[in-house]
Parts: sequence; structure tokens; C-alpha cells
Amino acid sequence: MSRQQFSLNNKIEPILYLSPFFFGLIIWTLYPFINVLLISFKENYNLLTGSYKNLGLGNYIYVLNNLKFLNALRNTGIYVIFTVPISTFLALIFANLLNQKLKGIALFQTAYFLPLVTSATAIGLVWKLMFNTNFGAINQILSYLNISPIHWLDYPKNNIYTLIIFGVWNILPFTIILLLSGLQNINPLYYTVAKLDGASDFKIFRRITIPLLSPTIGLVLIINTISTSKVYSELFPIFSGRPGIADNLYTVVYYIYDLFYVKWDLGKAAAASVILFLILFALTLSQLQIQKKWKHY
Amino acid sequence: MQVNLKNVTKKFNDFKAVNNFTLTFEEGELICLLGPSGCGKSTLLNMISGIIPVTEGKIFFDDRDVTNLAPQHREIGLVFQNYALYPHMSVLENISFPLEIKKVEKKEREALAVEMAKLVKVDTLLDRKPAELSGGQQQRVAIARALIKKPKILLLDEPLSNLDARLRLEMREEIRRIQQETKVTTIFVTHDQEEAMSISDKIVLMKDGVLMQVDKPQVLYDNPLKEFVSTFLGNPPINTIKGNYNNGFFEYNNQKIKLNYHTNEEITLAIRPEAIDFDEENYDFKAVIKERFKIGKEELLMLQFNDLLLRTYATDELNKNVGDEIGLKLKNKGVFIFDNKGDRK
Ligand SMILES: Nc1ncnc2c1ncn2[C@@H]1O[C@H](COP(=O)(O)OP(=O)(O)OP(=O)(O)O)[C@@H](O)[C@H]1O
Ligand SMILES: [Mg+2]
Repeated sequence: MSRQQFSLNNKIEPILYLSPFFFGLIIWTLYPFINVLLISFKENYNLLTGSYKNLGLGNYIYVLNNLKFLNALRNTGIYVIFTVPISTFLALIFANLLNQKLKGIALFQTAYFLPLVTSATAIGLVWKLMFNTNFGAINQILSYLNISPIHWLDYPKNNIYTLIIFGVWNILPFTIILLLSGLQNINPLYYTVAKLDGASDFKIFRRITIPLLSPTIGLVLIINTISTSKVYSELFPIFSGRPGIADNLYTVVYYIYDLFYVKWDLGKAAAASVILFLILFALTLSQLQIQKKWKHY
Repeated sequence: MQVNLKNVTKKFNDFKAVNNFTLTFEEGELICLLGPSGCGKSTLLNMISGIIPVTEGKIFFDDRDVTNLAPQHREIGLVFQNYALYPHMSVLENISFPLEIKKVEKKEREALAVEMAKLVKVDTLLDRKPAELSGGQQQRVAIARALIKKPKILLLDEPLSNLDARLRLEMREEIRRIQQETKVTTIFVTHDQEEAMSISDKIVLMKDGVLMQVDKPQVLYDNPLKEFVSTFLGNPPINTIKGNYNNGFFEYNNQKIKLNYHTNEEITLAIRPEAIDFDEENYDFKAVIKERFKIGKEELLMLQFNDLLLRTYATDELNKNVGDEIGLKLKNKGVFIFDNKGDRK
């Protein structure tokens, strides 16, 4: 084999190995994305005929002035603002417990993993039962604490809290796993040294664990912000396929879904999708920026 | 503070990592725990620090029994092999962290940390993070952090093994200097005999969890009580020949060395390289020069004796070449006889 052939092969081979990935990326990510972007500028777009009335910002103007969309934006925002910090905080506690060599931890390790391997819908139905005002487990427990029953499902204003509780529970395992892997990357020698100097567990947690875990915490915040911003499937099992008991709990993705599958208004659905994308993009960028300043070493 | 070990043993399951040590480390001394890898040095050190519990025996600091005392109450400073500096803290924070734990006020602890930094000569690097320091500088910071609480004992586990050869030389002198300035009782683990010989007041030489000999470095070198001690110390290493003593001669494969000894038995003859003289008339044995090579200012000579190679130093007057046979005489100092159990005779 000549030298030139060899170097040519050298260049082609990696491209061949990579091509399935790029092929998939182009077909399933890039092409749809560009398509959505194009459709979002086409007013009254018809998927079957491919016809449209106008090329312009009409869809965006409609969506941004639509009360339902603004409400969806607000609901989604509240959901993200509560779900992400609460789940991160809880996961931090659980991950820390799991990282210690405590007795009976194996059982717990299986338990916290459960939501990941079960269907969200099935579990959602269980939660629906638990949220039941009269005989649900949650109100039962609250009654032991002398708290009167809360109308989780049948009082519209409470629906958002119901969704947040379910959402926190849903992303907790994944968050715990990420944080746990971060914790396990911390050299245990730091703990040994600090303990030798007489540091309390809390001091170690605050001055060593948290700073060394901060890159992982940042990652968790970004990933969870993105995933919770897409809240939608969580609505179905709890509220019987409706966005809240009185259609009061539209989320952005539910709004898009509604425009697309129910109203067949593809242009507007696409415009809303692009807006969601831009918001997430901006959020991610700013979080990365904050994280850079946050980084301790 | 004086450290007393009384019959200290550590068992991992049935394996004795440290076997029945009775020892005293005097106040203000620098003691080296020396021995080959896996001989139990770290295990012994960790028992003194309290990181691992003692299986049998007792440990005293002065008269106080600390066998069951938690490490944080033993007033010790520890330096690990890879320093374990907190990567997210600056040099100043690292050094002062032990005082932060003790809730010493910020101003006071930082003043003390600066003082310590001056002692170990990192006072110009206070704002740096550990990742921005060289290995030797990290080492100094680790020592400062271990010293800031004014411990009664400083424990160092192979603190120099991550450094390159030159830095090791420099840092071992630094450790000696810091130890002499602070006069803190220091226990230093190493498997490098040269390192131990050069800085310690006393060497604890161990093998397979068993104490071989404890003494000043020079005593260990000049007067080893076990064959292992004689072979472990010294560079170039000692020459050992296993053979039989028969009426005035030591015999190895029918080749003889004139030797003064009292009983006819199987022995090991150990000869330090510097304990061989050249003497063409009144020699104890003969050998052939196999190789000569210069190392620095000294010239090393390899001698073929039967199927063995013996090491010695050439003198300026030696006018023999490779391949020549040469008469050799043993000096009194540096020649040892060990029985077949490895004990000195
Ligand atoms: N936790 C443990 N469980 C079982 N055996 C152990 C444990 N710790 C150490 N050992 C064994 O005890 C012996 C002494 O170990 P130790 O770490 O004290 O050696 P060392 O002299 O410090 O060696 P090195 O120079 O390689 O650091 C070794 O054979 C080791 O395998
Ligand atoms: Mg060791």
C-alpha cells in the first residue's frame, strides 16, 4: 500500500465511523429543526398541501399576544422555579446519605431508582389516587398532622402545586444519580484530613463537599431547567388528559401540542416551539456564564 | 512529646501487618520508618495517628494512654503522600483551615497562617490555588497546614515520593530544617534508605511487619544486627556470599576466602564495598576485575569471584586492568557474618 493511499484511508475511515451519527443528527434533529423554523414563518400553513397564505412574523405576533400562551409561559415558569431548586436540594440530601456507608442503604437505593424504570403514566395514576381529597394517602398523612384535607385535584388554584409535587418526585432519582456520581468523584482523603482536624459533618459539607460539587450542581440545574421547561406528559395521568382540572394549567409544550394535534395550526405551533427554544437557549447560556464565575478551582 | 509503643500489633484478618512492636520515640527527634513496600510502615503510622485502630498492645503519648483516643484529639499533624490540599481553597485558606475548624477568629488565624507560610517559605504564594503550585510548593503548604495547630507530633507518610530527584533532595533538607526550627517530634515514612540515612536521628527498620533494628543511621550501617539490615542500607549495596566456614577458610563453590571465625558452619559473609583492600602479598582471596566505571568522583570496580560479582571502589594507586587477577584483603570494619537465620554472629 502506498503512503498516499494510507493517508487517504486515514482521513476517510473516521468519517465513515462518524457518518451514522451525523446521518441521524441531520435526519432527526437538524432537518426537523430547520423545517420548524421555516414553518413558523408561514401563516395558515397546510401540512398536506404545503400551501400557506403569507410569509412573515404573523404567527409570532399571534402567539405572543395570546393569553393562553402567556398563561402557559407563566405556569411553566412557576413550575420550573419551584421544581428545580426543590428537587436539587432534596437530591443533595439523599445523594449525601447514599454516599455514606449506612445500614439498609441497599433497600433505599432500589427504592429511589424505581421511578426511572417504571412508566410515568402508571405512576401518575398512582399519584392521582394519592392526591384524592377524600381517601388519598397524602391527605391521610396530613390529617395525622392535623392539617385539613387539601383539594389537590378538584380546586383549580391548587393544581400547580400538585403538578410541582409530582414533578419533583419525578426528576428526583435522575438528579440524585447525577449528584451521587459527582460526590463519588471527590477524593475521600479531603474528608479524612478535615476530620483529623476535628471538622464537624456540617462544616465538611459546607466547606468541602458543596464547593467541590458545584460543577455537578451547575450541570444538574441546567439539565433540569431544560427538562422541566418541557413539562407536559406529567399533566395527562393526574388531570385525566386535561391541562389542569379547569383547563387552567396550560404549559408551553401542552399549548404547542394543543395547537398542533387539536387545532392543526402548524404555523403557530412552530412559532411557539421556536420561542420556547430561544428561552431555553438564553437560560442555558446565562447559567453557563454564572457557573463560570462560580467555579472554585 | 515522647511516643511509646507497647507490644503494638495490627492484624488484617489473620495477616499481621505490624507484629508486636515495642519502641520509644524521644521528644524532638526525627524518626524514619524505613522498609520495603508492604512492610507495614503506613499501617504503623496510621495507628499512631489513630486513623486505624490497634489490634493488640498500647500506644502512649508521654504517660497518656491514647490507644483508643480519636485522631482529632491526639494533637498530631499529618502530611499525606499526595498532600490532599483542598483544591478549591487558596494557600492561605488551606493553611488556616484547621484553625477555622477550631473557630479561631479570621484575623488571628490568617496571621498565624502567614507565620507558618513564612516558615515553609510559601508566603509569596498565599493567593494561589493548589493546582497553580509546583509539587514542592504543595508539599510545603501541606506541612504548614499540618503544623499550624502546633501539634505535638508531626507524621509524614512518604511525603517526598511524588517529587523528582532534585526536589526530593531539597525538600528533605527543608523538612529537616523545619523540624529543627519547630523541634516537633516527627515520624517520617519512607522506603528510600538514602533519604532515611540523610535526615533522621533514628531509623526504625522493618520488614514484613517485624521490627528489624532501631538506632541512629550510622549505627545501623556500621553495626547491623541482621542480614536484612546490612543489605537494605548502603549504596552501592553490600556484597553477600552464602557458603561454609571450614577451619580458617570461608568456602564458596570450593573457592576460599581466608577468614577468622570460631565454628564450622553454614554462614553468610557480608562485605561492604569499602571494606575491601588491595593487597598482592598478604591477601585473603583473589578475584578478577570484570569492569571499572566512574560514578561521579568515585570509581566502582566489579570483581568476578567464582560466579558472583563483588562491588568495591578502585583507589588511585590501583594499576590493574579489566581481566587482571588481583589480591584482596578484608578490613575489620564493614565485614559481617550472619548465620543461616540471618542473625549476626
Ligand atoms: N485495610 C487493609 N486490609 C488488609 N490488608 C491491608 C490493609 N492495609 C494494609 N494491608 C496490608 O498490610 C501490609 C502493610 O501495608 P502498609 O500499607 O502498611 O505497607 P507500607 O509499608 O506502607 O508499604 P508502601 O511502602 O507500599 O506504602 C501490606 O501487605 C498490605 O497489603
Ligand atoms: Mg505506605
